[in-house]
Amino acid sequence: MEFDLKNIMELSRLSSRGVYGKALSDITTENDNTIAVVADVMTSSKLEEFCKKFPNKFINVGIAEQNMVSISAGLASEGYNVFASTFAPFASMRCFEQIRTQLGYMNLNVKIIGLMSGFAGGYLGNTHYGLEDIALTRTIPNMTVISPADCVETYKVIEALKNHIGPCYVRLTGVNGTPNAYKEDYSFKIGQAIQMLEGEDIAIIATGTMVYESLRAARVLKKNNISASVYNFHTIKPLDYNSLDKIFTKYNFLVTIEEHFKIGGLGSAIAEYKADKKAPPQLIIGIDNNFEKAGEYSYMLDKADLTAKKIAEKILKNWRK
Amino acid sequence: MSNCSCLEIKAKNIRKNIIETGFKSKSAHFGGSLSCTDILTYVFSIFKKENMENRDRFILSKGHCALGLYGALAEFNYITQEELHTFNSNGGQFPSHCVKNIEKNIELSSGSLGLGLGYAIGQAIALRKKGLNNKIYVLSGNGEANEGSFWEGCMFIGAKKINNIILILDNNKMQCDGFSKDVLNVSNWVDKFSSFGFEAIEIDGHNFEEIKNAFSTKTDKPIAIIANTIKGKGILFMENNPDWHHGSLNEIEYNQALKELEG
Repeated sequence: MEFDLKNIMELSRLSSRGVYGKALSDITTENDNTIAVVADVMTSSKLEEFCKKFPNKFINVGIAEQNMVSISAGLASEGYNVFASTFAPFASMRCFEQIRTQLGYMNLNVKIIGLMSGFAGGYLGNTHYGLEDIALTRTIPNMTVISPADCVETYKVIEALKNHIGPCYVRLTGVNGTPNAYKEDYSFKIGQAIQMLEGEDIAIIATGTMVYESLRAARVLKKNNISASVYNFHTIKPLDYNSLDKIFTKYNFLVTIEEHFKIGGLGSAIAEYKADKKAPPQLIIGIDNNFEKAGEYSYMLDKADLTAKKIAEKILKNWRK
Repeated sequence: MSNCSCLEIKAKNIRKNIIETGFKSKSAHFGGSLSCTDILTYVFSIFKKENMENRDRFILSKGHCALGLYGALAEFNYITQEELHTFNSNGGQFPSHCVKNIEKNIELSSGSLGLGLGYAIGQAIALRKKGLNNKIYVLSGNGEANEGSFWEGCMFIGAKKINNIILILDNNKMQCDGFSKDVLNVSNWVDKFSSFGFEAIEIDGHNFEEIKNAFSTKTDKPIAIIANTIKGKGILFMENNPDWHHGSLNEIEYNQALKELEG
């Protein structure tokens, strides 16, 4: 796909799961080894077009996430490149053991697509939020864990996964209308963090929807005479240690931001790596370990202090030169 | 090969493999390995393997009976006696629960129950896509069938008529905590599997004539064989004895067990 302004605008109208369906349909060819498996979420995965184009490459297992992953594992063991999707909490938790023991342990080529992660479930409430999927999936050996920043990056991730071999969890965040972090084409590589904004004082490291919020927060900080760099860590596992090493020496303050529990997420992963190194202090911004009362997406982000304004306030409060 | 007296000899050799290897390794899942020995014997007597693609697949879903599988693989020359005797050695290839090794017909890493049937379904769909008419044999246990994921697999197999899988339930009527009737009393297996869309056949899992007939059933439906077996079969002091789900043999017990097998 050409990532011109028109296409970028079109992708952003689809929401991340719509982009998943479109991207998979675009990258698949009649004779390749792609198979899409869903647990009764064909429409929610926006795979209608894929289904029409490739009816023989589509399997709906019904509402049976464990079976979805086991079947995907069996297909992968026979050489297929399997994309299995359902809503993030079910994709990462109901079948966690199948992911760990069948995909991780046997190192099988299955991509789990966790739809509507973070607070994207809105009014659907805590059963439908994905607040711990990064924490869980990144403990599994052989797993790659990716959280694209926006619709453009979601497309690029699915494209990249066509040729990536091994188990992977893709965490899709944001809702219809969530703004794009990317306005033009760029180069994406799994495992390679991207600097989005250049600054001098502090480094903001974000993933998923929080990349866009961080870019806006950086503008607020600038007005307060703090020059912030913003990094998009789309790949949480394997972590981009090279970029981190450079970041540790360059800045005197780190902020990590994610739409995920603070426990076990991107901030945790970086703190683990940082623990035995000479590195600046780190402020971890994420979701507190509570089950909050449900509300629409923007309300939930605001309550969790995950808007640009509140992020900037928190940084101003915590930053010491 | 499927001559019954020949199968009896093979089964006896596999039981010897289980006892000798299990004795040497200090502890093993003897009971379940011995209950499914005759089924394993029959499956590997009809097992087809022309090359790595064109091969039947055997899925040990009740993965704790790995020693039974290793014993059978040794008897049918898929692994050597030397390899068999590395069972439960530090860092070895043949631990208490199988680790995937397709070259040696160990189709998946198992041990966590209820995961094999779904895996087999994925393989079954793949074989159809590739135009291969090989069979997939799945060995599950009645205790394993407590797992919900097992029934997710059954539901799919019935609904989508996945008939290149033959599911065998090693119904030894026991599980980790003892007799299944005391843990979770599940019965009417034939009705259950039939209602899910299987051709369900109940047999004596130690009678090769019945095993052979069940495997030869002509039907378009997926086949579920409920093999009624005896946990610890072949060693009197182990038979139907909850202590031998997992245990260790002392010298006296070991000699007694071998004597029974030879007698």
